[in-house]
Amino acid sequence: MILHLIHKELTLELRRKAVISGIGVYLFSLIFICYLTFSLRQNSINEATWSALFWLAILFSVVNSVAKSFIGEKKGSFIYYYAVASPQAIILSKILYNTLLCLLLSLAGYALFSLFIGNPIQDQGLFLLTLLLTSFGFSAALSLISGIASKANNSNILMAVLSFPVILALLLMAIKITKNVLDGLDRSVSVDELLNLLAINCILTGLSYMLFPYIWRS
Amino acid sequence: MKNWLKILAVFLLFYVHIGGLLMDVPRLNILNETIRALYFHVPMWFGMVTLFLISVIFSVKYLLNPSVESDRKAVEFANVGLVFGILGMLTGMLWANYAWGSFWHGDPKQNGAAVALLVYLAYFILRGSVENEEQRARLSAVYNIFAFAAMIPLIFIIPRLTSSLHPGSGGNPGFNMYDLDNRMRMVFYPAVIGWILMGIWVTTLRVRMRAIEDKIHDIEDEKTH
Repeated sequence: MILHLIHKELTLELRRKAVISGIGVYLFSLIFICYLTFSLRQNSINEATWSALFWLAILFSVVNSVAKSFIGEKKGSFIYYYAVASPQAIILSKILYNTLLCLLLSLAGYALFSLFIGNPIQDQGLFLLTLLLTSFGFSAALSLISGIASKANNSNILMAVLSFPVILALLLMAIKITKNVLDGLDRSVSVDELLNLLAINCILTGLSYMLFPYIWRS
Repeated sequence: MKNWLKILAVFLLFYVHIGGLLMDVPRLNILNETIRALYFHVPMWFGMVTLFLISVIFSVKYLLNPSVESDRKAVEFANVGLVFGILGMLTGMLWANYAWGSFWHGDPKQNGAAVALLVYLAYFILRGSVENEEQRARLSAVYNIFAFAAMIPLIFIIPRLTSSLHPGSGGNPGFNMYDLDNRMRMVFYPAVIGWILMGIWVTTLRVRMRAIEDKIHDIEDEKTH
């Protein structure tokens, strides 16, 4: 069932090319604005600024792209899903699909950053692992919050307000690992942070899984 | 709430305010007399966390067995908890101005506390933007549980991982050191208990007030129809 739902999300996404390319262009313009406003190439930025800019760009594009997972859908399709699938299957498929989306966005963002702003990362493997873990955490938290926000009036504002405090813990851990990676520290230094990230992911996923049926019922 | 608990709360807080200002405190470098902030600042956080915890318990109760009563209690406990949090923030900032030199020092504990307040502000914004009462109660209960669980790493775990100027971490004199001092414990523990009791008392009053307000609305609605 979950696989079917993921498949459905993918086909729908590929059919609505405007949305996916919209997110791509959003990310691109965000990074390009960073590049222009700091007038880089002439004066390079230090590493702390790099990681702050990178995570801000990722945060905003991820919040905007996951937001549409429930907010964008039509009322009729909700009723249809309600009839054919269990809420657990729906939230799990949403989380997995959004993880894929977030990971793609993070990788694209990373590539664009390397192109325009430079790539000071020293340990690629560890950084990619961090991107994977944060993508999963972001999508677990944001999928549920998108479900909540879709039921309220001013969904878009609400999405941002509700999600920022919740994913902050995740973001702080990620920034810390990024700092370790930028400083070229040994992998063993970051093990604690990685475990924390994993633990926060588990908490967020478990909660989404348990709580989603309650918002789905209405 | 039982009457003797209310009397106990008032008595304890009288004692804390008089004892906290007049009784002898250990002399420590840098902190000096500002150590008395412990009696007024730290109990606020104990109170806030307790009230938020009770609020989450009522949210869980609401999801398992929906009733207007548990929703009302969850909201009011969060409300009073938020007031405690703001007071804790203000007393902490006042202390930081003398001990650290500026009101906002960007300390991990300060930032974590600010995020905790942000979570509950978001909770009230969510409640404000859903029209349907039943849906509002359910969505906010879900967010309350989710946000509380996501907040715990922020205020309890991360500040312990990073270096901090806050007393009690990074080798600064803190809780454990005061704990060894029986004179301070004599005022500090009553302060914590007194403020928690006071918070619960205020909340029960507000819950009753809200219940009566709702009843008045119902009667007025009936009249107009």
